[in-house]
This record gives sequence, C-alpha cells and structure tokens, in this order.
Amino acid sequence: MSKKDILTFDGGIHPVSDGKALSCNAPITAAPLLDKYRVLLSENVGKLPKPVVKAGDLVKKYQLIAEADGFVSANLHSPTSGKVTGIVDVPGPMGTLIPAIEIEADGQDEPCEPMPAIDWHKADVKELLKRTADAGLVGMGGAAFPTHVKLSPPPDKTIDTLILNGAECEPYLTADHRLMLEQPERVLEGAAISAKILNVKNVYIGVEANKIDAIEALGRRAAEFGIKVATLKVQYPQGSEKQLIMAITGRKVPTGGLPMDAGCVVQNVGTAAAMTDAVCRGIPLVERVTTITGEVVKNPGNWLLKIGTPVIKAIEFAGGVTAEPGKLILGGPMMGFAQKSFEVPVAKNTSGILLLPVELSMNYGSTGCIRCGRCVEGCPMNLIPCLLGNAVEAERFDLAAQNHVMDCLECGSCAYVCPAHRPLVQHMRRAKAEIRKRKK
Amino acid sequence: MSENEKNSEVMLPTGSELVLSSSPHLSSPDSVRRIMYKVLLALVPAAIAGVWFFGFYALVVMVVTMLFCVGAEALWCKLAGKPVMGTIADGSAAVTGLLLAMNLPPGVPLWVCLIGAFLAIWLGKQIFGGIGNNPFNPALVARVGLLIALPAIMTTWPVPRSFDSADPAAKITHATDTPVDSITGATPLGEVGTTKKILDKSEAAYANFQAVDNDAMLWKYFLGEKGGCIGETSVLALLIGGILLIALKLINWRVPVCYIGTVAIITGLVHFFYPGVSPSPLFHILTGGLMIGAFFMATDMVTSPITSTGCVVFAVGCGVITSVIRLWGNYPEGVSFSILFMNALVPLIDRWCSQRPFGYVRKRG
Repeated sequence: MSKKDILTFDGGIHPVSDGKALSCNAPITAAPLLDKYRVLLSENVGKLPKPVVKAGDLVKKYQLIAEADGFVSANLHSPTSGKVTGIVDVPGPMGTLIPAIEIEADGQDEPCEPMPAIDWHKADVKELLKRTADAGLVGMGGAAFPTHVKLSPPPDKTIDTLILNGAECEPYLTADHRLMLEQPERVLEGAAISAKILNVKNVYIGVEANKIDAIEALGRRAAEFGIKVATLKVQYPQGSEKQLIMAITGRKVPTGGLPMDAGCVVQNVGTAAAMTDAVCRGIPLVERVTTITGEVVKNPGNWLLKIGTPVIKAIEFAGGVTAEPGKLILGGPMMGFAQKSFEVPVAKNTSGILLLPVELSMNYGSTGCIRCGRCVEGCPMNLIPCLLGNAVEAERFDLAAQNHVMDCLECGSCAYVCPAHRPLVQHMRRAKAEIRKRKK
Repeated sequence: MSENEKNSEVMLPTGSELVLSSSPHLSSPDSVRRIMYKVLLALVPAAIAGVWFFGFYALVVMVVTMLFCVGAEALWCKLAGKPVMGTIADGSAAVTGLLLAMNLPPGVPLWVCLIGAFLAIWLGKQIFGGIGNNPFNPALVARVGLLIALPAIMTTWPVPRSFDSADPAAKITHATDTPVDSITGATPLGEVGTTKKILDKSEAAYANFQAVDNDAMLWKYFLGEKGGCIGETSVLALLIGGILLIALKLINWRVPVCYIGTVAIITGLVHFFYPGVSPSPLFHILTGGLMIGAFFMATDMVTSPITSTGCVVFAVGCGVITSVIRLWGNYPEGVSFSILFMNALVPLIDRWCSQRPFGYVRKRG
C-alpha cells in the first residue's frame, strides 16, 4: 500500500507504546454467567429512562426493564433472566452514586420472545428507526448518544456520507479491532442498514493502518454492502469525529458544529454490529465487546460482557491481576475515566477496562511552560494549548474564550506531549466550565 | 478442578493503590530535563571543535562557565526560597552556561565568565521568574552585556590551530604576536568591517574582500579555522549539532532555514549590485555567529514564537537585522543583537500569528 492511500488529519500524536499488543490477538470470548447484574439507568446521553420493573419482578433476557423518557433517551433491557431485586445506588463511571436496576440471575439465561426479524432491504425507514429505538441502541464508542436520534437528522441538514468509526485510536483498546476482524459482516450489514435509514450512498469504514488483518477482513465483504474501507494513519485522535471526517472526506466540521454540519454521520463499528442484531435478529443491546487489559492484568483479552457486569467480575474473567493496579480506567488511557471503585458496572459504552501499573499511574509534578510548542503541533483542533493553560492559570477565562478554548476536544494530545507535564486538559475543562457558568 | 480452587488462584485487586486523576492517563516519556540534556548533546560537536581549534583552555572556559551558571542559579533559588536541587536539575542553567561559553572569545579570563554567568542567570532569566518566563535569551543577554562593558576583552581573538601548520604551539596567542599570513587579531567579519564603505560601487572595493573571501578561505571557515568565539568557528560541527536538533524535534527547522536564507538573500542581492559593500553570501553564512545563532540561539524554545508561522516571521526578522548590522552597522557582527531584538517582539508575533482553530468560521456581525 502506498503512503498516499493512507488518510489522516493535521496534528495529533503517536503514543510511544500503544499497549495494543497485550490483547489484539485474543479472540472475543463470551463471559460466564454471573449471579448478579446491576444495569445502570444512565446508559445514554440525555434523559434517564424510566424503570418499568420493580423489586420482585421476574424478567427474561432481552426483556424491557426501563423505557426511554422522551426522544433523547434510550430503552434498557435485561441482560439475563432472573429476579429484579430493586433499584439500588451503585458507583457510576463519573465517581458519583447513580441508580441501577439490580437483577439476580436465575442461571438459565432464558430469552423472552424476540422482536420479529426485519428484512431491512424491504423495510421502510420509519420501521428501521423504530427498531433502533426499541432495541436501546446508543453510540458504543464512548459518548452513548442514542442512535435513533443520530440517525434522524433535522430535515434542514443534508446528509450524504456515513462514516463507520473503526479507527480505535485509543492505545490499549482492541475490542473494535477484534469485532471487525471476527465479525466483519455484522459490522458491514449494520452500516448498510444505517445508510439506508439516512438515505446516503457514500459509506466509508475508517480503520487505522495498525489493524491490517481487520482491513482485509472488511475488504473482502465491503463491496457487497456498497461500503468503502478507508485506511487511516496510526495517529491519535484519528477516531475523533471531526478528525475522522477530515481524513476521509476532506471536509471540516465548522467550529461549534456537529458532524451533520459537514453532511456526515459518524457511527462506531460496535453500534453498527448491534444494529444488525436489532434489525436482523430482533435482539436488543444488552452486551458488548470490551477489552480488559493493562500490564497488570493476568490474561488481557477481549470479552463479550453483559451490561451490568461489575468491573471486578470482568477482571476476574481475565484471570485477575499480577500486581495491585495504580489506576482503573473505563475507556482508553487518553480520554477514559479513572475510577475509585471496582464495583462500577459495565455500560453500553464501556469500550475498555484498563488497569495501569503503579509506575504508570504517578501524578507528575508540573513545571513551567518552556514554550516548546509541542502541544501546538499536537493539537488536532489547531489551538494553542500552552497559552490557554497560561490564561487559565492566571484565571483569565476571557482570554481563554477569545482563544477558542470551547473548541477543545479534551483529547489529551497536548497534555501527553507536554515535557513540563502540565495538566492542560484539566485547565481546558476548568475554562469551559467557568465560561459556561458565566454565560448563564 | 473445582470452582473454588479456580477462584483461589485468581488474585483480585483491592484498590489500595488506586489514583484518581483526569485524562490523559499516559504521558510522553520526554521531559524538560531530557530536552535540555539533548540540547547539550547537540552542542558537543561544536564544543569539541572549539577545543580542537583553541586548545585545552577553551574546555576550561566551557566547564567553568557551566559551573558558574549552575551556581548562580542555585544561589538565586536559595535566596528566593525556591527548591534548589529541583531547579538546577532541569539542566537549563547548564545549557545557558555552555551556550554562553561558546559565545565567548577563547582566551577570555575566568572572572569574565563569572560576571557573564550572573548576567545570564540573574538578569537574563531568574529576575523574570525563572525557566520559561524570560523574554530574552539569557546567554545572549550575558554576551551583549559583556561586549558592551568589556569591549577589549570580548574582541580579542586568539589564532586557531591551523590545518596548514604542523606546529600548534601558538594556540593561545593574542592579537599582537600572531603570524601575518592568517587572519589574526580579528574575525573574518572584523576584517570586512574595516574595509566596507556605504554603497561603494567600485570594483576596487571588492578587491579588499578577496583576501578573506575566496574558495580556500571559505573551506577553512567551513571546517572551523577562523578567529571567533569558542563555539562559532566550525560550521561543520554546528551543522551536525543543528541537524541533530532538527532530527530530535527539539527545534523548528523553519528558524535556521529562514534565518540563514534571509541573510543569504539580502547579502546576495547587495553583493550582486554593490560588490564593494558586501562579500559573497556564502562568506556571510560561514563566518561569525550566524550558524550558532540560527541553530542554537534563535531557536531557544522559551524566547522564540510558539507557532510555525511566528517562527518564520521571527527568523526573517533576525535575518534582516543581522544583514543590516553586518553591512552598514558599526559592529562587524549582528547576530546577537538581532536575536535579542526579535526576542522582544515575540509576544507581538505570537499575537499576530495566532492560528485559527480547525473549522473556524468568522462570526457574522
């Protein structure tokens, strides 16, 4: 493959060690059944769904347990069969206690009557959209935005391109890689269904060049679904929506805008696979592929986990640890969230469970900016992070706003490369919070 | 194997070591200290050349000036109540010390180095708040300060070891007792400075330059056999270090390229139209402090612009001022002044060359 065929964006970084070798050769393994699941109610961006079960109710696998509350919300289904023991407060991924539906498994894992399969070639868009909503699909790449909302852009926006995000630019994560490699047709069919809903002809699937086997696997089947496979340069954050759209279509999402402002919809490959299940098999979203990895995990790998699985159990599936971890991260190491409790349940957007060793978990003391400009070079949004950091340190949020801090993706490229180890992402978050507060 | 046995083998984390922090959770292994050490490494070729051409005393000057600078930094931190070891360990004072030494004449007395060290570290750097906060290149602040205060000492140029002569005996000789056949008692630029006339169009004027601007002499300048400061003599050694800096991504290549390019274009034009005013552009590139200035001084991260566009503006500015001083100024050399002057403009350049964010749309109204 010539260099010209590899697409990319301007800026970004390439982490020295990406940790993918730990788990990229481990096939997806179904997790054993647990005796208890705690399904978080806040599985989606938007309003929390309303529980439709109460303590003592018997539920089957795939049965609706919470109903979308309004348009920007998503249904929740039971990951297994058993008894609802109640709605309990559990540690959530953001560090607060949040409500979850606790289900005691009966060990049968017995499914309820499935939704009827739909022949999507013949079905109309409304029916497909309704199924998307019924099955509780949300963006599985991290944001957990309800998929049916994403696939119903306002009528004044012209969408002509669907991009499947298989970049998986986060170090350590290999869940999407394995999914594309092992089940390419599931991903591609879901993409074709989404393309039909959006009525677009240009469908791309963008994959970073470090997943050559997945690119080949997709390439063998892509043409029959009318999909083009785009090979992307291994560069973080290649999987950020705006950067992905730029790399593949050359279009720039206007500042403050959404992908649809550039005529694009971007969907995670995991979401596409879940779309296939929902439409062709009538199965709602209750499990996902998650990478359980890190230097201290005994058997790093990729697991098919039911939502509601406590993280500690997931770690047990992977053989436990070889040393006490210094950090527990949900998601990848660049944008994931550090956790303080191993009781956090796996959610629809938990792409990875990462345990970093103590040596990698130190909080570096930061020193003054030496204006080396590496953050400027690394910023995919073309900002000047060091000066924004200075503005925040001086509490000059007006200056930060003037210099476009609101465009920051919080991708962490600047903080990664900073030789002075300045906490630039915290500075950006602080500036954004302050600016939002003052606008009110 | 029973279920219990299986479980007993699994070691589960307790969470006793868990750290909470904001993303990103990975960090580049590079640090300020590593950057400084890499810069020191890139200076080694030129330092070796300095010792080769000017003898052991050049090494003494370099080592002692570095120690003085680190000492000055330690003393300031002690007086200001800052952590001493933490500050000097970043290596920036050592870099400043080596750069300063390389910008001093090879025969400079050590007490001058001491004054220079305090000028660099105290006046050039710490008074503004330490590393990262100084508007001017500390080594250049010291060099210019010394040049103005002690002009005689700062312009006394020992003869370099010659490739022609087998006898390197007269290594630390002063201007008064040097052989006549080499460019002694002055740098090549100094020679030119005494003969230049403003806008002299005569061919005869050009003949004045011929003694110092010919192929044989240019080769010597390239290799390093010319009068000058310890570190600025060998263009070859500086190029090796400079390319190392670019390869290690420690400097923006635009700065040396645009700086040297600008000097070449301006002196080239003047040389073409008024050969009596300027020797060839190659002469200008190979002599004086242009190489060390363009690769090591103008590229100082702290005192150069942050964006690439800014770096181009900055470097072209340095090139223009250097050329103007060299061609028409009272001083034979203008590199130090031009960089310091452009240092002062960096905040403005940063503001002018601020870049637009990805997907920027101009707001209406």
